[in-house]
Amino acid sequence: MTSNWEPVVGIEVHVQLATRSKIFSTTSVEFGAAPNVRANLIDLAMPGALPVLNEEAVTMAVKFGLAINAEIAETCVFDRKNYFYPDLPKGYQISQFDSPIVGRGQLAVLLEDGSVREIGITRAHLEEDAGKSVHDRFAESTGIDLNRAGTPLLEIVTEPDMRSAAEAAACFRQIHSLVSWLDICDGNLAEGSMRCDANVSVRKVGDETFGERTEIKNINSFRFVERALNYEIERQIDVLERGGEIVRETRQYDADRDVTLSMRSKELSDDYRYFPDPDLLPLRLSSTFLETVRSTMPELPEQKLERFVSDYTLAPPVAVRLTRDHNIATFYESTVELGADPQQSANWLLGEVAAALNREERDYSDVPVSPKQLADLIARIQDKTLSSSLAKEVFERIWSSDDPVDEIIERRGLRQLSDVEELRALIQRIIEEHPDQVEQVRGGATKVLGYLIGQVMKASQGKADPRQVNELLKGMLNI
Amino acid sequence: MKPYIGVRELRSDLQAKKYSAVELAQFYLDRIARFNDRINCFITVDTESCLERAAAADRKLATSNSPSLCGIPIAHKDLFCTAGVRTTCASNMLRSFIAPYDATVVKRTSDAGAVSLGKTNMDEFAMGSSNETSCFGVVRNPWNLQRVPGGSSGGAAASVSAGMTPLATGSDTGGSIRQPASLCGVTGLKPTYGRVSRFGMIAFASSLDQGGPLAHSAVDVWELLTEMEGHDPRDSTSANIKKTELAGFDRTFVIGYPESLFDGLDKNIAACIDVARKQFEALGHKIEVVELPHIDAAVAAYYVLSSAEASTNLARYDGVRYGHRTESSVDLLDMYCRTRTEGFGLEVKRRILTGTYSLSVGYFDAYYLKAQKIRRLVRDGFLEAFKKVDLILAPVSPTTAFEIKSIKKGPIEMYRQDLYTIPVSLAGLPALSLPCGFVEDLPIGMQLIGPHFSEGDVLTGGIAFQNETDWHDRHPDLETTCTS
Repeated sequence: MTSNWEPVVGIEVHVQLATRSKIFSTTSVEFGAAPNVRANLIDLAMPGALPVLNEEAVTMAVKFGLAINAEIAETCVFDRKNYFYPDLPKGYQISQFDSPIVGRGQLAVLLEDGSVREIGITRAHLEEDAGKSVHDRFAESTGIDLNRAGTPLLEIVTEPDMRSAAEAAACFRQIHSLVSWLDICDGNLAEGSMRCDANVSVRKVGDETFGERTEIKNINSFRFVERALNYEIERQIDVLERGGEIVRETRQYDADRDVTLSMRSKELSDDYRYFPDPDLLPLRLSSTFLETVRSTMPELPEQKLERFVSDYTLAPPVAVRLTRDHNIATFYESTVELGADPQQSANWLLGEVAAALNREERDYSDVPVSPKQLADLIARIQDKTLSSSLAKEVFERIWSSDDPVDEIIERRGLRQLSDVEELRALIQRIIEEHPDQVEQVRGGATKVLGYLIGQVMKASQGKADPRQVNELLKGMLNI
Repeated sequence: MKPYIGVRELRSDLQAKKYSAVELAQFYLDRIARFNDRINCFITVDTESCLERAAAADRKLATSNSPSLCGIPIAHKDLFCTAGVRTTCASNMLRSFIAPYDATVVKRTSDAGAVSLGKTNMDEFAMGSSNETSCFGVVRNPWNLQRVPGGSSGGAAASVSAGMTPLATGSDTGGSIRQPASLCGVTGLKPTYGRVSRFGMIAFASSLDQGGPLAHSAVDVWELLTEMEGHDPRDSTSANIKKTELAGFDRTFVIGYPESLFDGLDKNIAACIDVARKQFEALGHKIEVVELPHIDAAVAAYYVLSSAEASTNLARYDGVRYGHRTESSVDLLDMYCRTRTEGFGLEVKRRILTGTYSLSVGYFDAYYLKAQKIRRLVRDGFLEAFKKVDLILAPVSPTTAFEIKSIKKGPIEMYRQDLYTIPVSLAGLPALSLPCGFVEDLPIGMQLIGPHFSEGDVLTGGIAFQNETDWHDRHPDLETTCTS
């Protein structure tokens, strides 16, 4: 990338809300049912069927709004967005056009380098998802599956505040983390629970105005957001440097080839003829309702972060990592509440636990160790029952079993050899067995001391504390 | 048995076992069989299930607590969905469509024991004022078979007028219950928007559509209304309002008389309403002149708004899931175009095009938004008038039933038929259309309009008038009209 170009990026994230039923009907929303099983009169747009707004979807949208300190509209309106498509059963999508439920807000985005950047949220509105066209199932026709039709979506639109692909990906990740934290979305990207559209333009550094932008549609992973944008940013710079012009268009990211491609422009007009849906009255949110939602809000990441720093005296970067994800924060707090040392708990969660999860491609929602097991493990390290190497061994065992830590220690005889007399006897034996090495150590060869310690450790089957062995050995050799 | 009989008499006869519900249903089925060929007011007559329902009603009548309409026949306008019986909207698009569910209105009247005879003819998708746009052919006015019954609930009004059913449901968007009631000499009510559930009533213009009853008298209209109305959680625009109760008959009303509305009215029709006005005065009610501003712009505003809503309400008829689909098409766009070209009639297409245009970028403000402003002004005008008066007396239609195919100058002339009914629709008010005389052997009606949710007063006024007059008791002689 030529250095004097600056990318400008804004994203739109479609979040599938984790309601029990659809946004305008009582059909249950569940992934994986046989085609058209989860579609009732309303989802099929039967003549005479009418939409009725699902309050749970409204509650979830308000939760998001409160979490980003946004203005929540006292009154908002649902509009019809009109276009013909076979998987759009009514011939219009119920959405919100110029009166969204959530107005302007702010999101603190954690960047790769650990710094935090405030990104403006323009708005978030409620709408229904369309169904799916199934092209690969029938030889000469397209099938229509309306299970997804009417699934509630919260479309979150950011300001063009991001200045790199990595920032955009971080913002998408932050929104993912927040909606999971609020428990309003299952966050399952593979099942399409979140999709991201990115608007991108480039301009010369120092320019006040934005360049012409393109929109990349339907990106469904953090990594692809970054890759698609990096490609698109370079493509735009390349076009401009060759003296060309950027055409405002919708593009698609092809992950296999790692390129963005111009999408065929829609066959039908882009004039969606928005107007207020007369089947739904304007939605008025009373202050009582807002207060009720507010009272059910979980402690937000920033609040937790501040508390972790003050209550547990954690370093801010550590606290940031512990509050990045609701699951890790909850795990951490449960562990500490069981009496484990806060610093040690943080070290273990961000160290051994993170590494093991990473190895197995799991995340913090899926930790096979319980907070109780981890707390006990830390306690046994602190009371010196376990050396750090023994602790790692115990950790490996609790990773694959629900057995209590103490039981594993007893059963496997993993208790640290801390009885001084027993240890002295062992060391004495090693000294007698290795007269040559003892001579060398006495002659100042400190490296050989390590060898002797190793022999003691080996003889103790790893149960001795190497530091203690070191001290005792030195004492017994008078060095 | 006689074809013209009120609900209260039917109820006591059935309870006294003067005849059974099956015999009563059979009587009307026979009459339909005999005259429907000429009148064409029914699209579908479901003899078998009708008699089954009647037999079930007889079993209930034998118990001590039969519901209020138990065994009484009813006809539903063919835009109310009926499970198992086709619902066509008088359109080729839905010619063989069978809904998998009952509309709330159908379910409620059925729960009240009413026995459905079948589905009545109408203008296609309720768009029309003469019943000439039905794909099943025009309905003929029982008073004169060369004339229209009005529309869009022409089949409903004609079936009551012809004595083929004592009760009928209709729907009114801009006058579709009131105008045919006027032209056929029956009584019909457009309730306040929100009183009757729209769930299962196929939409034309959602912010205006309202189901309502047609019958021989205001008191029968009230009987049916109380079984149709009430809050429905499946319709977000349905109001949570208690059932309609009649006011005491000693109640005197201040009745508003919008003089300017009568200026251009046919003088014979004006004369009928003037007599009615004097009768109200004689009954002790007080008449007061009121102004209704912005009425001139109402028809234009109505056609912008109703067509805009219709253009998107009818988008679902795309050939994908149900209804008509073209036989052959080369691609998706071609399938849409052919399906909709073949399935919809001329008037429906005209309104879809008009509505699409008025919602388009660049025209939205000039048409849709301006029409919404007019709508608000019209409504405010009524609310202002209702600060001074309890009810308003107005014409229903500018003419008596006109001859079939006589309106040739184009759609605007037809749209003018609803000049007096449309403002009430825009304001969402309740209005009763009831017979008040005859002009050249054709019946003519008048409207009693009330504030929102004042159906009790509107109907009380209508019943008081009908207690003193017999216009509603005059019926066409089908033996003569249908055999000449």
